[in-house]
Amino acid sequence: MTETASMFRPAADGFGSPRSPEPAIEVSDVSLRFETRDGPVHALSHVQLKVARGEFVSFIGPSGCGKTTLLRAVADLETPTLGDIRVEGMSAEEARLKRRYGYVFQAPALYPWRTVARNIALPLEIMGFAKPEREARVKKGLELVNLGGFGNKFPWQLSGGMQQRASIARALSFDPDILLMDEPFGALDEIVRDMLNQQLLRLWEVTGKTVLFVTHSIPEAVFLSTHIVVMSPRPGRITDIIACNFPRDRQLEIRETPEFLAIANRVRHGLRAGHSYDG
Amino acid sequence: MKSLLPITTVVLAVLAIWYVAAATLNADLQRDAYANAGRTDYSTAELIVDSLNMERPKLPGPHQVASEMVKSIVVISPTSKRSLVYHGLITLEETLIGFAIGAALGIGLAVVIVSVRWLDRSLTPWLIASQTVPIIALAPMIVVILNQFDITGVAPKAAIAAYLSFFPITVGMVKGLRAPDPLQLDLMRTYSASQSQTFLKLRAPMSAPYFFASMKIGAAAALVGAIVAEVTKSEDGGLGARLLAGSYYGQTVQIWAALFAAAALSAVLVGIVGLVGRIAEHRMGFVR
Repeated sequence: MTETASMFRPAADGFGSPRSPEPAIEVSDVSLRFETRDGPVHALSHVQLKVARGEFVSFIGPSGCGKTTLLRAVADLETPTLGDIRVEGMSAEEARLKRRYGYVFQAPALYPWRTVARNIALPLEIMGFAKPEREARVKKGLELVNLGGFGNKFPWQLSGGMQQRASIARALSFDPDILLMDEPFGALDEIVRDMLNQQLLRLWEVTGKTVLFVTHSIPEAVFLSTHIVVMSPRPGRITDIIACNFPRDRQLEIRETPEFLAIANRVRHGLRAGHSYDG
Repeated sequence: MKSLLPITTVVLAVLAIWYVAAATLNADLQRDAYANAGRTDYSTAELIVDSLNMERPKLPGPHQVASEMVKSIVVISPTSKRSLVYHGLITLEETLIGFAIGAALGIGLAVVIVSVRWLDRSLTPWLIASQTVPIIALAPMIVVILNQFDITGVAPKAAIAAYLSFFPITVGMVKGLRAPDPLQLDLMRTYSASQSQTFLKLRAPMSAPYFFASMKIGAAAALVGAIVAEVTKSEDGGLGARLLAGSYYGQTVQIWAALFAAAALSAVLVGIVGLVGRIAEHRMGFVR
């Protein structure tokens, strides 16, 4: 893939790949308000978004911009006050009931009484996979995230990065079409994060899944994504959508290229413009 | 074995305080005894030694309690009604039956309270109220009422033991079954897990440490319940009956021996539950 010419193509108002008519995720005019003791909080305001199948879309923005809320709404963990969310043509609730997505949380959320292998098997048990199938998938999952040989360890015997990799294997174990990731590497140090970013990219390349990825880090967003959604708080909204058409098998070195830095700059400007310093 | 020194120090301090208290409390009684016998030529040392070796002291010395325990546990045949083993086994039986019922009831109530929201509000006040009634007032009523239905023997005492032990188990298990954090629950939701799956695969295993902590308290409470019940209905024997008999006849040494036997029984029960808990928690990966 050589797309150097189109690399800086400005993002359209919403985007979609021509190869599939039905978007993986379609968010139409979604607003979400939390009622708190201090009055209502407008977590999301009139959010529009289309994500085509196989895309890697990052959400970036300051705290309180609603990026996690948006991801949770797509996962049917929050219910929008207004508007509509379609996941693979279904309502968010239907998609959840049909187990169309795997969710990776900020914390690994491994169950401490289960070994790593049994943690990865948890969704498979719940979804009623037969035992030989479970074992095969767990083995595959462990290898996918480079944790072969750690299956019989308890979570506390693993480092934070390894735990988060186990949680990614868990989310992928039942082979959902969509992967929703909420700052999965936020708590890890830079080196581990770089390594996991590369692994994630390879995983995405191999599996062809649609990934929605919440992050705080500009380089991470630019490095991983096909599109970057810039968000801004009070009320939480989308301020910019930036295309990022590096080849799929990109290496860490592209972070030194002027193209990379240009996109990073645009993201940074977008963040600054939307950032209100009154809070 | 670094803990040996502090433990020994504390035990020695307790024994010293006990001896001083016993000698002080019994001195007047012993002086009266001397006066009755017409003796006036006793020394202070003699007074102290005799105060610590009275037949019916206000507070017996540790060595008196110890020798009484040796006598009533080792020397006297376990089939005799003067044996603490005989009475201890009666109490143990009531405690274990009561504890089993109390644990089943306590866990059942906790499951119901956690699973059905409105039951929490409607049931919990009654459970708390049940424990504010003094058991010593309630025990005779339970014995009388159950007697009305021809339920006698071990059953009424086990019922009282269960009555005392279910509550701490319910409280602990409700907390344990609610211990999963929102993230762990969200995870189950993303798998669209059913309520029973969430219960079996998340809430139940998560509550294991709470379960064993509750069971320890429940076991000790069941023993207290059994002893209170035996005081109410002493003709069947048991450590409680032994306590009551001792106080009828002013046999303070016997009372203290029975008290220590009850404490030892309680320690053994709690210790066994604790040991099982530690093994289970270790195997479940809770203990590092």
